[in-house]
Amino acid sequence: MSAPHRPVGDRFRRYRTGRGGGEQLTVPPAEFTSYYGRPVLKPPVWKWDIAAYLFTGGLAAGSSLLAAGGQLTGRPALRRAGRVTSLAAVTASAYFLVNDLGRPARFHHMLRVAKPTSPMSVGTWILTVFGPAAGVAAVAEAAPWLPERGALGVGRRLLPGVGRAAGLVAAATAPALATYTGVLLADTAVPSWHEAYPELPAIFAGSALASGAGVGLLAAPCAQAGPARRMAVAGAALELWGAHRVETRLGLLSEPYRTGAPGRLLRAGRTLTAAGVLGALAGRRSRLLSGLSGAALLAASVATRFGIFHGGVASARDPKYTVVPQRARVDRRAAQG
Amino acid sequence: MPDADSRHGPLDPAPDAGWTDARPRMGFFTDTSVCIGCKACEVACKEWNDVPGSGLDLLGMSYDNTGALTANSWRHVAFVEQPRPAAPAAGALPGASAAAGPQFLGMPGARPPGRDTGAQTRSDFRWLMMSDVCKHCTHAACLDVCPTGSLFRTEFGTVVVQEDICNGCGYCISACPYGVIDQRRGDGRAWKCTLCYDRLGAGLTPACAQACPTESIQYGPLDELRERAAHRVATLHERGVPQARLYGHDPTDGVGGDGAFFLLLDEPEVYGLPPDPVVTTRDLPRMWKRAGLAALAMAAAAVAAFVGGSS
Ligand code: SF4
Ligand code: SF4
Repeated sequence: MSAPHRPVGDRFRRYRTGRGGGEQLTVPPAEFTSYYGRPVLKPPVWKWDIAAYLFTGGLAAGSSLLAAGGQLTGRPALRRAGRVTSLAAVTASAYFLVNDLGRPARFHHMLRVAKPTSPMSVGTWILTVFGPAAGVAAVAEAAPWLPERGALGVGRRLLPGVGRAAGLVAAATAPALATYTGVLLADTAVPSWHEAYPELPAIFAGSALASGAGVGLLAAPCAQAGPARRMAVAGAALELWGAHRVETRLGLLSEPYRTGAPGRLLRAGRTLTAAGVLGALAGRRSRLLSGLSGAALLAASVATRFGIFHGGVASARDPKYTVVPQRARVDRRAAQG
Repeated sequence: MPDADSRHGPLDPAPDAGWTDARPRMGFFTDTSVCIGCKACEVACKEWNDVPGSGLDLLGMSYDNTGALTANSWRHVAFVEQPRPAAPAAGALPGASAAAGPQFLGMPGARPPGRDTGAQTRSDFRWLMMSDVCKHCTHAACLDVCPTGSLFRTEFGTVVVQEDICNGCGYCISACPYGVIDQRRGDGRAWKCTLCYDRLGAGLTPACAQACPTESIQYGPLDELRERAAHRVATLHERGVPQARLYGHDPTDGVGGDGAFFLLLDEPEVYGLPPDPVVTTRDLPRMWKRAGLAALAMAAAAVAAFVGGSS
């Protein structure tokens, strides 16, 4: 699980030589001093699991909203697809979250405390409410397969009701599950995450809606997919607005979101989102087109999550992003006297 | 649990964390103007705290082969080699010299630079040395974000990791605005300076301060150290060292002041320190508010999508 031991110098040399690649900078290189070009901050030790966690958590939230909508408005295909996806996604996200711990066997230490100053603690508690609810709702879908008589027959009669209640609990928790991850990233010293705190929850909420809509477009017949189409439009709008803001509003700290691999990921996310929405709107009568646009929305959500994740990591690796904005702040204060 | 007002601004952290029998806040004052770069502190810390070695490694950039504070280096002596005179020309402003940054000047020969080649080829340069350490912030982001309660505030106002609780989530590592706390490879947990919590409890001086031959590292009650530091800066200014300044001493700064603060001879970034660190949880209420708004928008969008008809 952990990388083989490498001398510490290697780890640092990587930061020094890894920069200055072919990408054209849109912000002129800032003049600043640093200690031999070394990072001031420790780059996040989170691996790709956490980016995958962001996606699966959002997908679980979005699809449980879809399921609840389907349940309340009598669209069984949406309900079934939403519930099953939600359980699969939340299971995957719990796996990613635990797997990324340096000591996975100690996961339960998260349950020792409830700390509002720690978004990770808050998120753990949200997950412990959402996960079982999503699980029960998904299991309830199996009710029609149970025999009519005996102990299991009782289950067959009780499950649908329990599933309905659980589905509503999951849907009520879903918006918190989708948006707390924005705070999770923002509540760090990582410059491009921290400064993006107003937008990150919106991006993640939009991305979660769009991916839930994607599930609906993939799984439901055209007659039931109308709400998924509208969810796709709303989610895409939120996501595109937020991503545009973090790519342009943060000055120097927007740079990591526009350049290198994170820039490519976010551009891919934008293109896929746009394609997904267009396909969803144009494909009202085409099962194939709807399915393709659903897949595009899911892929867009993956790309956006990884783009935001790696943009922050890049901003922590280069001392420029720590020193230049802070130096500007100090100088501004000094000028004001 | 700390109340809402204790997220920033001056306060005494131990009583704030709920210690009814809090001791006077203890800390480090590291006076870099007398540091000779002997690394006795690094070694003493390793020995006392049983910190594993990092292997022999030559970074190839200066005499500093430790590189940074890591899980396996809780004190780090930085070596800054600057092509500029120790005393600035009369009238130069403190800090005006910061532009050039550190530069490697080559290994010294047997004789002082320029001795054999004449005065014209001599370069003006100086070495700055600084023993860096965990700052034991008044508002410690690492402690705020830890989801297991593994990081805690001691009765001396310092910040310590309980290694039997830490599950290696790594949140503290991204939250520390100074890049101090670090994950140990092969172990997965987070490690950093404890300010020798075990020695403090026994009334002893931390190992690094004890070992420092020049008293560059001074340990004591924080109030006393702040007074001493102010004196030292005044003395240096009198002696014609206008660049001398304190770092991390101010209880009104972004982290509420540090339990370990420094006298520096140049801008903080020259030593690899952030110029204006801010505890990330200062903005946390606004973050939760934005998340709440986004959550509401999300719920509203889902409702609207379903009530909007069937096509
Ligand atoms: S310097 Fe970093 S690790 Fe040390 S107390 Fe402050 S936030 Fe925590
Ligand atoms: S890595 Fe350990 S000490 Fe750091 S936040 Fe996680 S549990 Fe707490």
